[in-house]
Amino acid sequence: MIRIRNLWKRYGKIDVLKGLDLDVNEGEILVILGRSGVGKSVLLRQIIGIEKPEKGTVEVNGELITNLKENELYQAVKNMGMLFQGSALFDSMNLEDNTAFYMHEHGDPVTKKPFSPQEIHERVLHALDMVGLLGSEKKMPSELSGGMRKRAGLARLIVYRPSILLYDEPTTGLDPITAQQINELIVQTQNELKGTSIVVTHDINSALYMADRLALHEDGKISFIAEPEEFMKIDNPIIRFLRDSQTIKLRKK
Amino acid sequence: MSLVSGRKFLQLFEMIGEYVSLFSDVTVASFRNPPSWDLIREQLFHFGVMSLPVVAITGFTTGFVLAAQSFYQLGEKGLAGVTGILVAKAMITELGPVLTAFMVTGRVGAAMCAELATMKVTEQIDALKSMAVNPYAYLVAPRFIAGVIMNPLLTLFSMVMGIFGGYLIAVFYFNLPPLSYFDPMRTSLTIFDLVTGLVKAFVFGLLFVSVCCYKGMRTSGGAAGVGKATTQSVVTSYVLILISDFFLTMLLNTIHTKIDTQF
Repeated sequence: MIRIRNLWKRYGKIDVLKGLDLDVNEGEILVILGRSGVGKSVLLRQIIGIEKPEKGTVEVNGELITNLKENELYQAVKNMGMLFQGSALFDSMNLEDNTAFYMHEHGDPVTKKPFSPQEIHERVLHALDMVGLLGSEKKMPSELSGGMRKRAGLARLIVYRPSILLYDEPTTGLDPITAQQINELIVQTQNELKGTSIVVTHDINSALYMADRLALHEDGKISFIAEPEEFMKIDNPIIRFLRDSQTIKLRKK
Repeated sequence: MSLVSGRKFLQLFEMIGEYVSLFSDVTVASFRNPPSWDLIREQLFHFGVMSLPVVAITGFTTGFVLAAQSFYQLGEKGLAGVTGILVAKAMITELGPVLTAFMVTGRVGAAMCAELATMKVTEQIDALKSMAVNPYAYLVAPRFIAGVIMNPLLTLFSMVMGIFGGYLIAVFYFNLPPLSYFDPMRTSLTIFDLVTGLVKAFVFGLLFVSVCCYKGMRTSGGAAGVGKATTQSVVTSYVLILISDFFLTMLLNTIHTKIDTQF
């Protein structure tokens, strides 16, 4: 359960988040839609504690993330994970080491026990297999295409099975087939882990495929939040555009 | 105009504050999550072993030049016998520490800053945080440790190479008897000279590693930001090394004089 109240975040002179409130239920996939630059990624960064807000609170499973000291924060986010927009793979490590990184550093997030090298190897191969990158484990990130990097980032996230998963534009820049594979993986991971997922995306088709609930992020706040069918009926210019773009027709010449 | 300079002044204070807080972040993080030996060893290798050739060449050629200059400048006045002392004193107290710090800043510091800066702008540092790994403990602390250990060792190596280089030129080119090169060193070189050189090397190591890590960890603005941060880190390190060199020289000599007068 994630509870966000009156969240404010400022960059320079611009308020990106302006008193945002949001509740995310345990076990659901919440998809956040919104125009570029409204602060969707910023919101994810506040939830996982990468950045501190100017004002407001983020509560994850009863723990106030925003009030924690640095060391306590690292303990609190061990059960969380994030897929970054640009994948953020570690350049100096090959795919196998990237994927195994969390397990090497922390062990099992639930049992807190260290993994054996054999277990790490098996889980890494399984995760890479799930994202279709088996056989590429010795490749360096610079040798991967954009789509492969995205999938590698996803493998690095799902391999340690966090209970809260944040996805920052997981399908942006991917071809429709790979995008759909990623959507399916997100849903499959959610079903397996029974965790809570927040997905930020511009892709309405992906959003409708994955979401238990959809939220619209506008002007630094969540303006609407509802289940997909209900959400698509809301009278709002952005939602109307999204609704139309779903059935977009070829432009007549 | 005064508003602009006031803002710049505030920015400078903010930067100093952030720089100082880097030290506390690294210290606290290192104690809570000590970096693994593997990470430290990797940095020691990159910092120390990989810098040996460039430090050797720098020390060696500086020794050559020092010996040649002292011979040309002082030989005619019948002072060729001080060549060895001059080379050794200069290499140990001044040129060894400063030139080594300059070379290692250029080779290691710049790379350190560029690597951290690239990690920052490509969200790799955020990825570490998202996986509950403190970047100060994981990335910065091993570099600090490598800096304060390896820079004095490299400086020591540079001193030896400089003295050896000076010996080769003095003896084999200017035909100075070998004993005339080394003998005066026994009476003129003191432990204090060596301590001066090593204290400087330690401080310079800490200075340029901290500046390069600070600049790297605070980078923004994509590839252009990485380039800017790297240039700034090297220039700032050079300036700080030169300024601190003067103050360290004054401080250490004052302490030395006081100790001498007391005992």
